Amino acid sequence: MKNKAGEKIKEKEARTMLLQGDEAVVEGGLVAGASFFAGYPITPASEIAEGFAEKLPALGGKFIQMEDEIASMGCVIGASLAGEKAITATSGPGFSLKQENLGLGIMVEAPCVVVNVQRVGPSTGLPTSPSQGDVMQARWGTHGDHPIIALSPSTVKETIDLTIESFNMAEKYRIPVILLLDEIVGHMREKVRIPSPEEVEIVERKRPRLEDREEFYPYLETEDHIPPMPDYGQGFRYHSTGLFHDKTGFPRGKTEDARRLMDRLMAKIDENLDDIILLEDDLKGDEEIVVLSYGSTARSAISAVVRARQEGLKAGWVKLKTVWPFAEDFVADLADRVQEIIVPELNRGQLIGEVEKAACGRARISGIHRYDGTIIPPAEILAKIKEVG
Amino acid sequence: MKRKEIRLSGAGGQGMILAGIILAESSLFDPELYVVQTQSYGPESRGGASRAEVIVSREPIDYPKVVKADILVCLTAESLEKYGQEVAEGGVVIADDSFAGEDYIPPEGVDFYSLPIIAKAREEIGLEVTANMVALGAVDHFLSEIDSECLEQAIEKRVPGGTEEKNMAAFRAGQQLLAARV
Repeated sequence: MKNKAGEKIKEKEARTMLLQGDEAVVEGGLVAGASFFAGYPITPASEIAEGFAEKLPALGGKFIQMEDEIASMGCVIGASLAGEKAITATSGPGFSLKQENLGLGIMVEAPCVVVNVQRVGPSTGLPTSPSQGDVMQARWGTHGDHPIIALSPSTVKETIDLTIESFNMAEKYRIPVILLLDEIVGHMREKVRIPSPEEVEIVERKRPRLEDREEFYPYLETEDHIPPMPDYGQGFRYHSTGLFHDKTGFPRGKTEDARRLMDRLMAKIDENLDDIILLEDDLKGDEEIVVLSYGSTARSAISAVVRARQEGLKAGWVKLKTVWPFAEDFVADLADRVQEIIVPELNRGQLIGEVEKAACGRARISGIHRYDGTIIPPAEILAKIKEVG
Repeated sequence: MKRKEIRLSGAGGQGMILAGIILAESSLFDPELYVVQTQSYGPESRGGASRAEVIVSREPIDYPKVVKADILVCLTAESLEKYGQEVAEGGVVIADDSFAGEDYIPPEGVDFYSLPIIAKAREEIGLEVTANMVALGAVDHFLSEIDSECLEQAIEKRVPGGTEEKNMAAFRAGQQLLAARV
Protein backbone atom coordinates (compact mmCIF):
# COMPACT_ATOMS: atom_id res chain seq x y z
CA MET A 1 0.00 0.00 0.00
CA LYS A 2 1.34 3.45 -0.93
CA ASN A 3 0.13 6.92 -0.13
CA LYS A 4 -0.20 9.66 -2.72
CA ALA A 5 3.35 10.83 -2.28
CA GLY A 6 4.40 7.33 -3.23
CA GLU A 7 5.70 6.56 0.26
CA LYS A 8 5.10 3.06 1.38
CA ILE A 9 2.46 2.74 4.08
CA LYS A 10 3.06 0.04 6.62
CA GLU A 11 0.68 -2.90 6.15
CA LYS A 12 -1.47 -3.54 9.17
CA GLU A 13 -1.97 -6.94 10.68
CA ALA A 14 -5.09 -8.33 12.32
CA ARG A 15 -4.98 -8.16 16.12
CA THR A 16 -7.26 -8.44 19.15
CA MET A 17 -7.49 -5.49 21.53
CA LEU A 18 -9.63 -3.84 24.15
CA LEU A 19 -10.93 -0.86 22.24
CA GLN A 20 -13.26 2.07 22.77
CA GLY A 21 -15.88 2.79 20.11
CA ASP A 22 -14.06 6.03 19.30
CA GLU A 23 -10.78 4.14 18.93
CA ALA A 24 -12.59 1.62 16.74
CA VAL A 25 -13.46 4.44 14.33
CA VAL A 26 -9.73 5.14 14.02
CA GLU A 27 -8.82 1.48 13.54
CA GLY A 28 -11.69 0.83 11.12
CA GLY A 29 -10.83 4.00 9.24
CA LEU A 30 -7.20 2.96 8.84
CA VAL A 31 -8.25 -0.48 7.58
CA ALA A 32 -10.51 1.26 5.03
CA GLY A 33 -7.59 3.41 3.89
CA ALA A 34 -8.32 6.71 5.64
CA SER A 35 -5.49 9.08 4.75
CA PHE A 36 -6.76 12.46 5.95
CA PHE A 37 -8.43 13.83 9.09
CA ALA A 38 -9.41 17.42 9.78
CA GLY A 39 -11.42 18.30 12.85
CA TYR A 40 -11.84 20.10 16.10
CA PRO A 41 -11.87 18.12 19.36
CA ILE A 42 -15.13 17.81 21.29
CA THR A 43 -16.41 15.47 23.98
CA PRO A 44 -17.34 12.63 23.49
CA ALA A 45 -15.57 12.40 20.12
CA SER A 46 -12.11 13.74 21.03
CA GLU A 47 -10.56 10.27 21.18
CA ILE A 48 -11.14 9.94 17.43
CA ALA A 49 -9.10 13.06 16.70
CA GLU A 50 -6.46 11.92 19.21
CA GLY A 51 -6.18 8.52 17.55
CA PHE A 52 -5.86 9.87 14.03
CA ALA A 53 -3.38 12.53 15.21
CA GLU A 54 -1.22 9.79 16.62
CA LYS A 55 -1.52 7.26 13.83
CA LEU A 56 -2.10 9.01 10.50
CA PRO A 57 1.24 10.85 10.17
CA ALA A 58 3.18 7.65 10.88
CA LEU A 59 1.31 5.97 8.02
CA GLY A 60 1.99 8.78 5.58
CA GLY A 61 -1.42 10.41 6.05
CA LYS A 62 -2.31 13.89 7.25
CA PHE A 63 -3.97 15.19 10.43
CA ILE A 64 -5.02 18.82 10.77
CA GLN A 65 -6.63 20.39 13.79
CA MET A 66 -8.66 23.19 12.27
CA GLU A 67 -9.87 26.45 13.78
CA ASP A 68 -13.49 25.31 13.87
CA GLU A 69 -15.99 22.76 12.66
CA ILE A 70 -17.13 24.24 9.37
CA ALA A 71 -13.52 24.80 8.32
CA SER A 72 -12.83 21.15 9.19
CA MET A 73 -15.66 20.07 6.92
CA GLY A 74 -14.38 22.28 4.11
CA CYS A 75 -10.94 20.81 4.57
CA VAL A 76 -12.29 17.27 4.38
CA ILE A 77 -14.15 18.04 1.14
CA GLY A 78 -11.01 19.57 -0.35
CA ALA A 79 -8.92 16.57 0.63
CA SER A 80 -11.54 14.26 -0.83
CA LEU A 81 -11.55 16.10 -4.16
CA ALA A 82 -7.77 15.81 -4.16
CA GLY A 83 -8.09 12.03 -3.92
CA GLU A 84 -7.74 11.37 -0.20
CA LYS A 85 -9.99 9.20 1.90
CA ALA A 86 -11.04 11.90 4.31
CA ILE A 87 -12.83 11.83 7.66
CA THR A 88 -13.85 14.22 10.42
CA ALA A 89 -15.40 13.59 13.84
CA THR A 90 -17.50 15.69 16.14
CA SER A 91 -20.51 15.75 18.47
CA GLY A 92 -23.86 17.59 18.30
CA PRO A 93 -22.62 21.18 18.69
CA GLY A 94 -19.94 20.66 16.07
CA PHE A 95 -22.28 18.71 13.81
CA SER A 96 -24.54 21.77 13.75
CA LEU A 97 -21.63 23.89 12.55
CA LYS A 98 -20.71 21.44 9.81
CA GLN A 99 -24.12 21.45 8.16
CA GLU A 100 -23.54 24.10 5.51
CA ASN A 101 -20.43 22.43 4.15
CA LEU A 102 -22.04 19.01 4.49
CA GLY A 103 -24.48 20.26 1.84
CA LEU A 104 -21.53 21.33 -0.30
CA GLY A 105 -20.06 17.85 0.06
CA ILE A 106 -23.32 16.33 -1.18
CA MET A 107 -23.55 18.78 -4.08
CA VAL A 108 -19.95 18.33 -5.32
CA GLU A 109 -20.25 14.59 -4.58
CA ALA A 110 -17.16 14.39 -2.40
CA PRO A 111 -16.76 10.97 -0.78
CA CYS A 112 -16.01 11.46 2.93
CA VAL A 113 -17.03 10.27 6.40
CA VAL A 114 -18.50 12.53 9.07
CA VAL A 115 -18.62 10.97 12.52
CA ASN A 116 -21.05 12.33 15.11
CA VAL A 117 -20.71 10.83 18.59
CA GLN A 118 -24.04 12.01 19.93
CA ARG A 119 -24.37 13.67 23.32
CA VAL A 120 -27.42 15.26 24.90
CA GLY A 121 -28.53 18.54 23.32
CA PRO A 122 -29.62 21.07 22.24
CA SER A 123 -26.75 23.53 22.48
CA THR A 124 -23.92 22.29 24.72
CA GLY A 125 -26.42 20.07 26.63
CA LEU A 126 -24.78 17.28 28.64
CA PRO A 127 -21.32 16.82 27.13
CA THR A 128 -20.48 13.47 28.70
CA SER A 129 -23.89 11.78 28.44
CA PRO A 130 -25.39 9.67 25.64
CA SER A 131 -28.17 10.65 23.29
CA GLN A 132 -29.67 9.73 19.93
CA GLY A 133 -30.92 13.25 19.44
CA ASP A 134 -29.23 13.99 16.12
CA VAL A 135 -31.02 11.39 14.01
CA MET A 136 -33.22 13.88 12.18
CA GLN A 137 -30.36 16.36 11.98
CA ALA A 138 -28.33 13.69 10.20
CA ARG A 139 -31.17 13.44 7.67
CA TRP A 140 -32.19 17.07 7.30
CA GLY A 141 -29.52 19.18 9.02
CA THR A 142 -28.28 20.79 5.84
CA HIS A 143 -30.79 22.80 3.84
CA GLY A 144 -32.65 21.75 0.72
CA ASP A 145 -33.64 18.36 -0.63
CA HIS A 146 -30.68 16.02 -0.62
CA PRO A 147 -29.70 12.37 -0.32
CA ILE A 148 -27.75 11.13 2.70
CA ILE A 149 -26.44 7.90 4.15
CA ALA A 150 -26.19 7.50 7.93
CA LEU A 151 -25.00 4.36 9.71
CA SER A 152 -25.25 3.69 13.44
CA PRO A 153 -23.29 0.98 15.30
CA SER A 154 -24.28 -0.59 18.61
CA THR A 155 -21.07 -2.40 19.53
CA VAL A 156 -17.35 -1.72 19.22
CA LYS A 157 -17.05 -4.51 16.65
CA GLU A 158 -19.87 -2.97 14.62
CA THR A 159 -18.13 0.38 14.88
CA ILE A 160 -15.09 -1.07 13.10
CA ASP A 161 -17.28 -2.73 10.47
CA LEU A 162 -19.52 0.28 9.88
CA THR A 163 -16.59 2.69 9.70
CA ILE A 164 -15.17 0.55 6.90
CA GLU A 165 -18.66 0.41 5.38
CA SER A 166 -18.98 4.21 5.63
CA PHE A 167 -15.79 4.73 3.65
CA ASN A 168 -16.86 2.09 1.14
CA MET A 169 -20.31 3.60 0.60
CA ALA A 170 -18.83 7.11 0.42
CA GLU A 171 -16.41 6.00 -2.30
CA LYS A 172 -18.96 3.90 -4.14
CA TYR A 173 -21.74 6.50 -4.23
CA ARG A 174 -19.67 9.70 -4.09
CA ILE A 175 -21.44 11.03 -1.05
CA PRO A 176 -20.61 12.13 2.51
CA VAL A 177 -21.59 9.29 4.88
CA ILE A 178 -22.55 10.10 8.45
CA LEU A 179 -21.49 7.65 11.12
CA LEU A 180 -23.76 8.15 14.11
CA LEU A 181 -22.33 6.84 17.34
CA ASP A 182 -23.69 7.73 20.74
CA GLU A 183 -21.62 8.42 23.86
CA ILE A 184 -22.13 4.89 25.16
CA VAL A 185 -20.77 3.21 22.04
CA GLY A 186 -18.09 5.90 21.65
CA HIS A 187 -16.66 5.47 25.13
CA MET A 188 -17.47 1.80 25.75
CA ARG A 189 -14.58 -0.63 25.64
CA GLU A 190 -14.96 -4.15 24.25
CA LYS A 191 -12.62 -6.88 23.21
CA VAL A 192 -12.46 -6.84 19.44
CA ARG A 193 -10.42 -8.22 16.61
CA ILE A 194 -9.24 -5.60 14.16
CA PRO A 195 -9.13 -7.18 10.70
CA SER A 196 -6.25 -6.68 8.29
CA PRO A 197 -7.09 -4.75 5.10
CA GLU A 198 -6.70 -7.99 3.11
CA GLU A 199 -9.62 -9.60 4.93
CA VAL A 200 -12.22 -6.98 4.12
CA GLU A 201 -13.62 -5.50 0.95
CA ILE A 202 -12.22 -2.02 0.40
CA VAL A 203 -13.93 0.11 -2.24
CA GLU A 204 -12.10 2.81 -4.18
CA ARG A 205 -13.89 5.55 -6.12
CA LYS A 206 -14.26 5.12 -9.84
CA ARG A 207 -11.54 7.21 -11.48
CA PRO A 208 -11.43 8.25 -15.17
CA ARG A 209 -8.58 7.09 -17.39
CA LEU A 210 -5.79 9.60 -17.74
CA GLU A 211 -5.89 9.30 -21.56
CA ASP A 212 -9.51 10.49 -21.54
CA ARG A 213 -8.47 13.85 -20.11
CA GLU A 214 -9.37 15.88 -23.22
CA GLU A 215 -12.91 14.47 -23.44
CA PHE A 216 -13.59 14.66 -19.71
CA TYR A 217 -16.76 15.98 -18.05
CA PRO A 218 -16.60 15.83 -14.24
CA TYR A 219 -20.36 15.56 -13.70
CA LEU A 220 -21.36 13.46 -16.67
CA GLU A 221 -24.61 11.49 -16.39
CA THR A 222 -23.65 7.82 -16.43
CA GLU A 223 -25.78 4.68 -16.33
CA ASP A 224 -25.20 4.21 -12.59
CA HIS A 225 -25.58 7.97 -11.97
CA ILE A 226 -22.09 8.08 -10.42
CA PRO A 227 -19.61 10.04 -12.55
CA PRO A 228 -15.97 8.90 -12.48
CA MET A 229 -13.94 11.21 -10.31
CA PRO A 230 -10.34 12.28 -10.96
CA ASP A 231 -8.07 13.67 -8.26
CA TYR A 232 -7.53 17.42 -8.45
CA GLY A 233 -4.13 18.11 -9.88
CA GLN A 234 -4.02 15.14 -12.25
CA GLY A 235 -4.56 17.45 -15.22
CA PHE A 236 -8.30 17.04 -15.72
CA ARG A 237 -10.35 20.23 -16.28
CA TYR A 238 -12.48 20.14 -13.23
CA HIS A 239 -14.71 22.66 -11.49
CA SER A 240 -16.74 22.02 -8.32
CA THR A 241 -19.43 24.31 -6.99
CA GLY A 242 -22.35 24.29 -4.59
CA LEU A 243 -24.47 25.92 -7.29
CA PHE A 244 -26.53 23.66 -9.51
CA HIS A 245 -24.30 22.77 -12.42
CA ASP A 246 -24.27 20.83 -15.66
CA LYS A 247 -21.90 18.06 -16.71
CA THR A 248 -18.98 20.49 -17.00
CA GLY A 249 -19.28 21.36 -13.31
CA PHE A 250 -20.01 25.01 -14.14
CA PRO A 251 -23.27 26.70 -13.08
CA ARG A 252 -25.57 27.97 -15.84
CA GLY A 253 -28.46 29.03 -13.63
CA LYS A 254 -30.87 26.87 -15.65
CA THR A 255 -33.92 25.17 -14.15
CA GLU A 256 -33.41 21.99 -16.19
CA ASP A 257 -29.91 21.59 -14.70
CA ALA A 258 -31.35 21.87 -11.20
CA ARG A 259 -33.93 19.15 -11.78
CA ARG A 260 -31.52 16.86 -13.64
CA LEU A 261 -28.82 17.09 -10.99
CA MET A 262 -31.21 16.67 -8.05
CA ASP A 263 -32.80 13.63 -9.70
CA ARG A 264 -29.39 12.10 -10.30
CA LEU A 265 -28.18 12.77 -6.76
CA MET A 266 -31.30 11.07 -5.39
CA ALA A 267 -31.23 8.22 -7.92
CA LYS A 268 -27.74 7.04 -7.00
CA ILE A 269 -29.04 6.29 -3.51
CA ASP A 270 -32.67 5.34 -4.28
CA GLU A 271 -31.64 2.75 -6.87
CA ASN A 272 -29.23 1.04 -4.48
CA LEU A 273 -31.27 0.71 -1.29
CA ASP A 274 -30.64 -3.05 -1.08
CA ASP A 275 -26.92 -2.42 -0.98
CA ILE A 276 -27.09 0.51 1.44
CA ILE A 277 -29.71 -0.56 3.99
CA LEU A 278 -28.06 -2.82 6.55
CA LEU A 279 -30.04 -4.32 9.39
CA GLU A 280 -30.05 -7.35 11.64
CA ASP A 281 -33.01 -9.14 13.15
CA ASP A 282 -33.99 -12.16 15.16
CA LEU A 283 -37.48 -12.83 13.85
CA LYS A 284 -38.84 -16.34 14.12
CA GLY A 285 -42.07 -15.64 12.26
CA ASP A 286 -44.50 -15.89 15.17
CA GLU A 287 -43.88 -12.39 16.54
CA GLU A 288 -46.72 -10.27 17.79
CA ILE A 289 -44.45 -7.57 19.19
CA VAL A 290 -41.20 -6.36 17.65
CA VAL A 291 -38.74 -3.95 19.23
CA LEU A 292 -37.03 -1.87 16.54
CA SER A 293 -33.96 0.09 17.58
CA TYR A 294 -30.47 1.24 16.62
CA GLY A 295 -27.22 2.27 18.31
CA SER A 296 -26.61 1.49 21.98
CA THR A 297 -30.36 1.24 22.62
CA ALA A 298 -30.41 -1.92 20.52
CA ARG A 299 -28.39 -3.68 23.22
CA SER A 300 -31.09 -2.98 25.80
CA ALA A 301 -33.74 -4.03 23.29
CA ILE A 302 -32.06 -7.37 22.54
CA SER A 303 -31.62 -8.08 26.24
CA ALA A 304 -35.31 -7.32 26.88
CA VAL A 305 -36.56 -9.45 23.96
CA VAL A 306 -34.43 -12.43 24.99
CA ARG A 307 -36.03 -12.28 28.44
CA ALA A 308 -39.52 -11.79 27.00
CA ARG A 309 -39.15 -14.93 24.88
CA GLN A 310 -37.90 -16.87 27.91
CA GLU A 311 -41.14 -15.85 29.56
CA GLY A 312 -43.13 -17.15 26.59
CA LEU A 313 -43.97 -13.82 24.96
CA LYS A 314 -43.99 -13.67 21.17
CA ALA A 315 -41.46 -10.90 20.80
CA GLY A 316 -38.65 -10.21 18.34
CA TRP A 317 -36.06 -7.55 17.63
CA VAL A 318 -34.79 -5.59 14.66
CA LYS A 319 -31.57 -3.60 14.80
CA LEU A 320 -31.05 -0.95 12.13
CA LYS A 321 -27.42 -0.40 11.18
CA THR A 322 -28.39 1.95 8.37
CA VAL A 323 -30.58 4.69 9.80
CA TRP A 324 -30.72 6.73 6.55
CA PRO A 325 -32.02 5.90 4.02
CA PHE A 326 -34.72 4.49 6.28
CA ALA A 327 -35.69 0.82 5.87
CA GLU A 328 -39.18 1.78 4.75
CA ASP A 329 -40.08 -1.37 2.79
CA PHE A 330 -38.83 -3.65 5.54
CA VAL A 331 -40.88 -1.87 8.19
CA ALA A 332 -43.97 -1.81 5.90
CA ASP A 333 -43.73 -5.62 5.53
CA LEU A 334 -43.15 -6.01 9.25
CA ALA A 335 -46.23 -3.91 10.06
CA ASP A 336 -48.31 -6.34 7.98
CA ARG A 337 -47.19 -9.27 10.13
CA VAL A 338 -47.08 -7.98 13.70
CA GLN A 339 -49.45 -6.23 16.06
CA GLU A 340 -47.10 -3.77 17.68
CA ILE A 341 -43.73 -2.22 16.97
CA ILE A 342 -41.95 -0.67 19.96
CA VAL A 343 -39.32 1.97 19.16
CA PRO A 344 -37.01 2.84 22.08
CA GLU A 345 -34.86 5.90 21.42
CA LEU A 346 -32.62 8.24 23.44
CA ASN A 347 -34.62 11.25 22.26
CA ARG A 348 -38.17 12.54 22.40
CA GLY A 349 -39.17 10.50 19.36
CA GLN A 350 -37.32 10.89 16.06
CA LEU A 351 -37.04 7.68 14.04
CA ILE A 352 -40.42 6.55 15.38
CA GLY A 353 -42.02 9.03 12.97
CA GLU A 354 -40.48 7.14 10.05
CA VAL A 355 -41.72 3.85 11.50
CA GLU A 356 -45.25 5.27 11.76
CA LYS A 357 -45.07 6.55 8.21
CA ALA A 358 -43.93 3.17 6.86
CA ALA A 359 -46.41 1.16 8.96
CA CYS A 360 -49.21 3.44 7.83
CA GLY A 361 -51.64 2.31 10.52
CA ARG A 362 -51.20 -1.44 9.86
CA ALA A 363 -49.54 -2.05 13.23
CA ARG A 364 -49.62 -0.15 16.51
CA ILE A 365 -46.47 1.85 17.12
CA SER A 366 -45.30 2.89 20.55
CA GLY A 367 -42.15 4.59 21.75
CA ILE A 368 -39.93 4.58 24.81
CA HIS A 369 -38.10 7.86 25.12
CA ARG A 370 -35.29 9.05 27.32
CA TYR A 371 -33.57 12.35 26.93
CA ASP A 372 -31.92 12.81 30.35
CA GLY A 373 -28.54 11.35 29.41
CA THR A 374 -29.18 7.85 30.74
CA ILE A 375 -29.54 4.64 28.77
CA ILE A 376 -32.89 2.84 28.58
CA PRO A 377 -32.56 -0.24 30.81
CA PRO A 378 -33.81 -3.61 29.47
CA ALA A 379 -36.38 -3.79 32.30
CA GLU A 380 -38.17 -0.73 30.94
CA ILE A 381 -38.46 -2.27 27.47
CA LEU A 382 -39.54 -5.63 28.94
CA ALA A 383 -42.25 -3.85 30.94
CA LYS A 384 -43.48 -2.20 27.74
CA ILE A 385 -43.54 -5.54 25.90
CA LYS A 386 -45.69 -6.97 28.70
CA GLU A 387 -47.90 -3.91 28.80
CA VAL A 388 -48.77 -4.01 25.10
CA GLY A 389 -48.72 -7.83 24.76
CA MET B 1 -21.50 -18.57 33.48
CA LYS B 2 -23.86 -15.81 34.41
CA ARG B 3 -22.53 -12.35 33.69
CA LYS B 4 -20.53 -10.81 36.48
CA GLU B 5 -21.04 -7.11 37.06
CA ILE B 6 -18.41 -4.91 38.70
CA ARG B 7 -18.97 -1.25 39.54
CA LEU B 8 -16.04 0.97 40.64
CA SER B 9 -17.21 4.31 41.95
CA GLY B 10 -15.67 7.38 43.50
CA ALA B 11 -14.72 10.93 42.63
CA GLY B 12 -13.10 12.22 39.46
CA GLY B 13 -9.31 11.94 39.81
CA GLN B 14 -9.38 8.81 41.98
CA GLY B 15 -8.61 6.64 39.00
CA MET B 16 -11.76 4.56 39.00
CA ILE B 17 -11.94 4.60 35.21
CA LEU B 18 -8.30 3.54 34.85
CA ALA B 19 -8.98 0.70 37.29
CA GLY B 20 -11.97 -0.31 35.12
CA ILE B 21 -9.89 -0.28 31.97
CA ILE B 22 -7.18 -2.40 33.61
CA LEU B 23 -9.79 -4.85 34.85
CA ALA B 24 -11.28 -5.10 31.36
CA GLU B 25 -7.89 -5.38 29.72
CA SER B 26 -6.91 -8.26 31.99
CA SER B 27 -9.63 -10.30 30.25
CA LEU B 28 -7.65 -10.17 27.00
CA PHE B 29 -5.55 -13.07 28.26
CA ASP B 30 -8.60 -15.34 28.19
CA PRO B 31 -9.81 -15.58 24.60
CA GLU B 32 -13.15 -17.04 25.64
CA LEU B 33 -14.10 -14.28 28.04
CA TYR B 34 -16.33 -11.46 26.78
CA VAL B 35 -15.92 -8.06 28.38
CA VAL B 36 -17.57 -4.65 28.21
CA GLN B 37 -16.32 -1.61 30.10
CA THR B 38 -18.31 1.61 30.31
CA GLN B 39 -17.88 4.77 32.28
CA SER B 40 -19.77 7.74 33.53
CA TYR B 41 -18.20 10.99 34.57
CA GLY B 42 -18.86 14.70 34.63
CA PRO B 43 -17.27 17.40 32.48
CA GLU B 44 -14.66 18.20 35.16
CA SER B 45 -11.33 16.33 35.26
CA ARG B 46 -11.06 16.44 39.09
CA GLY B 47 -13.95 16.06 41.50
CA GLY B 48 -17.52 15.24 40.59
CA ALA B 49 -18.83 11.69 40.60
CA SER B 50 -16.98 9.16 38.48
CA ARG B 51 -17.63 5.49 37.91
CA ALA B 52 -16.44 2.66 35.75
CA GLU B 53 -18.39 -0.50 35.09
CA VAL B 54 -17.03 -3.79 33.87
CA ILE B 55 -19.06 -6.81 32.82
CA VAL B 56 -17.44 -10.16 32.14
CA SER B 57 -19.22 -13.20 30.78
CA ARG B 58 -18.65 -16.43 28.86
CA GLU B 59 -21.49 -15.39 26.57
CA PRO B 60 -21.82 -12.30 24.35
CA ILE B 61 -22.90 -9.29 26.42
CA ASP B 62 -25.92 -7.33 25.25
CA TYR B 63 -26.84 -4.70 27.85
CA PRO B 64 -23.47 -3.02 28.57
CA LYS B 65 -24.24 -1.44 31.93
CA VAL B 66 -24.48 -2.77 35.47
CA VAL B 67 -28.00 -3.70 36.55
CA LYS B 68 -27.09 -5.02 39.99
CA ALA B 69 -23.44 -5.16 40.90
CA ASP B 70 -21.83 -8.41 42.01
CA ILE B 71 -18.86 -6.38 43.19
CA LEU B 72 -19.27 -2.75 44.21
CA VAL B 73 -16.31 -0.54 45.15
CA CYS B 74 -16.96 2.88 46.70
CA LEU B 75 -14.20 5.35 47.46
CA THR B 76 -16.52 8.20 48.46
CA ALA B 77 -19.47 8.43 50.84
CA GLU B 78 -21.59 9.80 47.97
CA SER B 79 -20.97 6.78 45.79
CA LEU B 80 -21.85 4.37 48.62
CA GLU B 81 -25.04 6.25 49.22
CA LYS B 82 -25.90 6.25 45.53
CA TYR B 83 -25.06 2.64 44.62
CA GLY B 84 -25.00 0.86 47.97
CA GLN B 85 -28.42 -0.71 47.47
CA GLU B 86 -27.96 -1.72 43.80
CA VAL B 87 -26.06 -4.88 44.65
CA ALA B 88 -27.02 -8.44 43.69
CA GLU B 89 -27.68 -11.11 46.30
CA GLY B 90 -24.44 -12.93 47.02
CA GLY B 91 -22.50 -9.84 45.98
CA VAL B 92 -19.96 -7.80 47.91
CA VAL B 93 -19.55 -4.14 48.75
CA ILE B 94 -16.03 -2.84 49.33
CA ALA B 95 -15.85 0.70 50.70
CA ASP B 96 -13.14 2.89 52.13
CA ASP B 97 -13.22 2.89 55.91
CA SER B 98 -12.70 6.66 56.14
CA PHE B 99 -16.45 7.11 55.69
CA ALA B 100 -18.06 3.67 55.53
CA GLY B 101 -19.25 3.39 59.07
CA GLU B 102 -22.17 1.81 60.84
CA ASP B 103 -24.92 3.80 59.16
CA TYR B 104 -24.70 1.79 55.92
CA ILE B 105 -26.84 -1.32 55.84
CA PRO B 106 -26.11 -3.58 52.85
CA PRO B 107 -29.00 -5.38 51.11
CA GLU B 108 -29.93 -8.90 52.25
CA GLY B 109 -27.32 -11.50 51.30
CA VAL B 110 -24.61 -8.96 50.51
CA ASP B 111 -21.23 -8.96 52.30
CA PHE B 112 -19.82 -5.62 53.30
CA TYR B 113 -16.13 -4.86 53.72
CA SER B 114 -15.04 -1.54 55.15
CA LEU B 115 -11.31 -1.38 54.36
CA PRO B 116 -8.51 1.19 54.82
CA ILE B 117 -7.98 1.52 51.05
CA ILE B 118 -7.03 5.20 50.87
CA ALA B 119 -5.01 5.03 54.13
CA LYS B 120 -3.01 2.06 52.77
CA ALA B 121 -2.23 3.97 49.58
CA ARG B 122 -1.21 7.07 51.47
CA GLU B 123 0.74 5.53 54.32
CA GLU B 124 2.14 2.26 52.99
CA ILE B 125 2.69 3.16 49.34
CA GLY B 126 3.20 6.85 49.97
CA LEU B 127 0.92 7.86 47.10
CA GLU B 128 -2.77 8.42 47.67
CA VAL B 129 -3.47 8.16 43.93
CA THR B 130 -2.64 4.46 44.07
CA ALA B 131 -5.85 3.86 46.05
CA ASN B 132 -7.43 2.63 42.81
CA MET B 133 -4.85 -0.18 42.61
CA VAL B 134 -5.37 -1.03 46.29
CA ALA B 135 -9.09 -1.30 45.50
CA LEU B 136 -8.33 -3.48 42.49
CA GLY B 137 -6.31 -5.79 44.73
CA ALA B 138 -9.34 -6.14 46.98
CA VAL B 139 -11.60 -6.82 43.98
CA ASP B 140 -9.21 -9.52 42.79
CA HIS B 141 -10.14 -11.58 45.84
CA PHE B 142 -13.72 -11.96 44.58
CA LEU B 143 -12.94 -12.27 40.90
CA SER B 144 -12.73 -15.97 40.12
CA GLU B 145 -13.08 -15.29 36.37
CA ILE B 146 -9.74 -13.54 35.98
CA ASP B 147 -6.32 -14.74 37.21
CA SER B 148 -4.41 -12.39 39.51
CA GLU B 149 -1.46 -12.73 37.16
CA CYS B 150 -3.50 -11.38 34.26
CA LEU B 151 -4.48 -8.39 36.35
CA GLU B 152 -0.83 -7.78 37.25
CA GLN B 153 0.18 -7.89 33.61
CA ALA B 154 -2.62 -5.49 32.69
CA ILE B 155 -1.50 -3.08 35.43
CA GLU B 156 2.11 -3.13 34.21
CA LYS B 157 0.94 -2.40 30.69
CA ARG B 158 -1.40 0.47 31.51
CA VAL B 159 0.04 2.54 34.34
CA PRO B 160 2.40 5.44 33.52
CA GLY B 161 6.01 4.34 32.88
CA GLY B 162 8.13 4.40 35.99
CA THR B 163 5.19 3.89 38.35
CA GLU B 164 4.80 0.15 37.76
CA GLU B 165 6.46 -0.83 41.02
CA LYS B 166 4.37 1.45 43.21
CA ASN B 167 1.15 0.44 41.50
CA MET B 168 2.00 -3.22 41.82
CA ALA B 169 2.81 -2.76 45.50
CA ALA B 170 -0.56 -1.03 45.93
CA PHE B 171 -2.33 -3.91 44.16
CA ARG B 172 -0.65 -6.44 46.46
CA ALA B 173 -1.49 -4.34 49.51
CA GLY B 174 -5.11 -4.48 48.42
CA GLN B 175 -4.95 -8.26 48.07
CA GLN B 176 -3.53 -8.53 51.57
CA LEU B 177 -6.24 -6.34 53.05
CA LEU B 178 -8.70 -9.07 52.26
CA ALA B 179 -6.42 -12.04 52.86
CA ALA B 180 -6.18 -10.74 56.42
CA ARG B 181 -9.92 -10.23 56.75
CA VAL B 182 -11.66 -13.10 54.99
